[in-house]
Amino acid sequence: MVYTLLFPSSWFYGKRIERSRLSDEVSLWPLPQQFQTSPVAFKLSASRFKIVHAPGSTAGPSCSLLQNAFRRYFKYIFGYVNEQGQPRSRVFDSELRELQVLITSTDPECDAYPSLKTDESCKPSSRVFVVLGLETFSQLVYEDDYGVNNINKTSILDYPRFSHRGILLDTSRHYLPLKVILANLEVMAMNKFNVFHWHIVDDSSFPFLSRTFPNLSQQGAYHPYTHVYTPVDVKSVIEFARMRGIRVIAEFDTPGHTQSWGKGQTDLLTPCYSGSSPSGTFGPVNPILNSTYDFMTSFFKEISSVFADAYIHLGGDEVDFSCWKSNPDIQKFMEQQGFGQDYSKLESYYIQRLLDIVSSTKKGYMVWQEVFDNEVKLKGDTVVEVWKMNMVEEELQNVTGAGFTTILSAPWYLDYISYGQDWKNYYKVEPLSFNGTPEQKKLVIGGEACLWGEYVDATNLTPRLWPRASAVAERLWSDENVKDIGSAYSRLEKHRCHMVRRGIPAEPLFVGHCGHEYSGL
Amino acid sequence: MTSLNMALKMFQAQIKLLRFLFLLIVIYGEVEHVYGVWPMPQQITQSTERYLLNPRVFALSYANDSMAQSGCSVLDVAFKRYFKLIFPDFAHGTGRDKSLRFGNTLRFYGELYVANIFRQKYLNSISCSVKLGLESFSQLVYQDDSSAYFVNKTEIEDYPRFQFRGLLLDTSRHYLPVNSILSTLDAMAYSKFNVFHWHIVDDPSFPYQSSTYPDLSNKGAFHPMTHIYTQSDVRRVIAHARLRGIRVLPEFDSPGHTLSWGKGQPDFLTPCYKGDVPSGSFGPLNPTLSSSYQFMSDLFKEVTSVFHDSHVHLGGDEVDFTCWKSNPKVQAFMAKMGFGSDYTKLESYYMENILNITAALNKISIVWQDVFDYHEHIPKDTVLEIWRGTPAEIRAELGRITLAGHRVLLSAPWYLNHISYGQDWRNAYTVQPQNFSGTEQQKELVIGGEVCMWGEYVDATNLVSRLWPRACAAAERLWSNEKKTSSVERAFPRLKDFRCTLVRRGIQAEPLFFGHCKHEYSGL
Repeated sequence: MVYTLLFPSSWFYGKRIERSRLSDEVSLWPLPQQFQTSPVAFKLSASRFKIVHAPGSTAGPSCSLLQNAFRRYFKYIFGYVNEQGQPRSRVFDSELRELQVLITSTDPECDAYPSLKTDESCKPSSRVFVVLGLETFSQLVYEDDYGVNNINKTSILDYPRFSHRGILLDTSRHYLPLKVILANLEVMAMNKFNVFHWHIVDDSSFPFLSRTFPNLSQQGAYHPYTHVYTPVDVKSVIEFARMRGIRVIAEFDTPGHTQSWGKGQTDLLTPCYSGSSPSGTFGPVNPILNSTYDFMTSFFKEISSVFADAYIHLGGDEVDFSCWKSNPDIQKFMEQQGFGQDYSKLESYYIQRLLDIVSSTKKGYMVWQEVFDNEVKLKGDTVVEVWKMNMVEEELQNVTGAGFTTILSAPWYLDYISYGQDWKNYYKVEPLSFNGTPEQKKLVIGGEACLWGEYVDATNLTPRLWPRASAVAERLWSDENVKDIGSAYSRLEKHRCHMVRRGIPAEPLFVGHCGHEYSGL
Repeated sequence: MTSLNMALKMFQAQIKLLRFLFLLIVIYGEVEHVYGVWPMPQQITQSTERYLLNPRVFALSYANDSMAQSGCSVLDVAFKRYFKLIFPDFAHGTGRDKSLRFGNTLRFYGELYVANIFRQKYLNSISCSVKLGLESFSQLVYQDDSSAYFVNKTEIEDYPRFQFRGLLLDTSRHYLPVNSILSTLDAMAYSKFNVFHWHIVDDPSFPYQSSTYPDLSNKGAFHPMTHIYTQSDVRRVIAHARLRGIRVLPEFDSPGHTLSWGKGQPDFLTPCYKGDVPSGSFGPLNPTLSSSYQFMSDLFKEVTSVFHDSHVHLGGDEVDFTCWKSNPKVQAFMAKMGFGSDYTKLESYYMENILNITAALNKISIVWQDVFDYHEHIPKDTVLEIWRGTPAEIRAELGRITLAGHRVLLSAPWYLNHISYGQDWRNAYTVQPQNFSGTEQQKELVIGGEVCMWGEYVDATNLVSRLWPRACAAAERLWSNEKKTSSVERAFPRLKDFRCTLVRRGIQAEPLFFGHCKHEYSGL
């Protein structure tokens, strides 16, 4: 898949003037696969510059996704000028007046949802890439000493190295207000991330308002009205993401991490025993009751229609067996099934039945690596997410050796903070450094930066995520040979100022300053 | 007797030596709901009896026999500010009818606060204790499910354990917009911090716009117009702090940490040599030139009049000798002064001169511990600040400095710019500032401490969430009785509540652990 951002000479009006200056302000992040820039600079005037559909493009003004993107990026390029007053009416002798967008694929997919296939389709100049290309274009525009927007003559050929470039946000351990999620989708687009992995529920709270089972959030959310995501909220997240070429993959993690589910759904969780009597506490989902599977069937039927993406994340991580072990009914069931004392077989039994349920909704699924490790039978298109820090390379080798696609998140748990420039560690990760055949390596389709919510909420999420996640963005987008830390530092420093300029509180890399500091306090 | 009269009668404030006490009793109620105050007061007795506060009639006003009366601007402003903090919803409304200004009155016997509470001359504001009391009171007011305001019958006797409870911000490594500083001052007042240590200049930039030497910021700031503090900015900060009972302690660190000064002040820094020729780079301030001392004298004359606090911080930390050693003129000076090759003597010589300059300006100096470690003759009233070392080293240093009779501040355990995964506030909380071997007199020389937020990785984007509520741990350590606040586990739920209070007041305080606040942070 390839997109090009070229300025044919016919785009320019007036005579060119040579300018020796290769601007210091310009920095591209993530770095394009190929680009060439020349010192020839052109000015952009807010009153005359337009982003338009090229003649012959298969997309036109009816493509709302593109129209929205045009407006968004026009504002990013000129928004600061407009705030200060009327656009200048001076005429420059070399001026860029038009950015033409040419879509050549027969189906511009204006109303479709982005999918894994969008990236794999190799359609040049599909509309998702136009959005990405606009981001690149906006990064090329810089302000000269007189406050005038300039762009140097540049030609770019670009495509991502990996097709799954995700960010995980956890809205269970802390509730994240809608506007925080939307703002971060916006920043994701600035960094060319294309998957929002929404870890929407967990032990701590159940903020997803289910139409089928409204009691889940009524009882399981931190607050049934102020700390929930209504169907309208979810829709607006999905639409906002779609406009930016971002997929929304929801995770409903079971059978562990489900304490909050139990509050609104009786008999769903396993009652733990202390000796021969129930202790009053509950463990993972109860895998021995038919009612459990009936519930899951109805629940995932709703989920599969609410979330448009072709994939659902089913979790399956960190199941604690102690409660199952304590429960006499479960012990009996283990005997009946001939599982002996191997509770991972019980876990597999549950997951297997769950996967069958989800398959019947025509959705693909993603799972955490334990599901694969426990030898659950998985559909061929399952994506296994590797998150455990020890033996990452072996795990990648095993998962891809078994023929499954995989994404890597283990080295990118951004909730782990430390003093200093930890972005360098994220940047240095090479996802394909494990031993394996070229076919195996192709099965690594990307990775995710995870910001788990134990210590993160709306107060600190954005500066904690950015620009640290930007390091992951470049690793997943740019060529594997793009790994010079020094060059990355100077570009990332500018890129972070870029984000700050757009109102995003991205934290600093080190001592220094931005021309326009964060003022959103 | 009507309930209103009863309430009025019961409203009394009783003040004893070295403490202030207020007793709050309002109207009505039964349900048990006891709320904590952060930092923990010295004495607090709460009953389950609760009383309704009606924002339409509740007023903060001066008692008839109060020495301070309407017109005491600091208190007038504090009343207005705390009314909004006590009734957060109401403050968003249309405001209240002036004719309703009667009813439940929180009375302060202002005159009894004078001198009795704070012996220290520099804390001579009669209003400080009232404001601190208002803060405690505001934290005791809570809303039930129907959003009515309540306060439980509570008796508080309170005074700070340490007189110096500081917070350092570094505006040189990153420029902090004035708004960031002001909102930090707000949050400081909520936690009863009372000193803002403004590490205003350093190697990377010189944002202070000096009226005597405007070139310092013209050439030494990140940007001469947008990344500076003008005189009126500084005045704004000082005024904002004053209204909140916070002193502003400026630090102009020398002779090290001065690279940015050199840009606007030629011949000020020591030229480093490579062999026989200047290398083009510069080291610490040049201590061999009399012009250096003239400059410092002029600068401090300005600084001490702009920042009217009785103290000034002179820095004096981390002086790197390699540049001095390379410079032949410095070598010649060393020989002339008979310092041999002991460059700490040269540093000492410089610091003595600077201490004399500030002493002549009638200011008491605060310096980093390095100055004590390397020098013998420093004025007795100089305050030393401990910033480095393992716990054992810190204890030893506390012993040495206090044995020499100097007052001392502790900041080493509270470098909040150092972050790690998890609840690091617990370490900050369990610090014992007076746990070192020494006499009672020595322990009394520990006058407090500071949390430091150095700026390498911090600017306006992440300052607030990185500071709060982590700084609150030190706030309680510096304010409260150590024995009563020794349990981290008992502090946890109170700090969690207080963090939500901060969020409710618009401070972007980060969470301690998973959970939620009734009113989440609504900014970005």
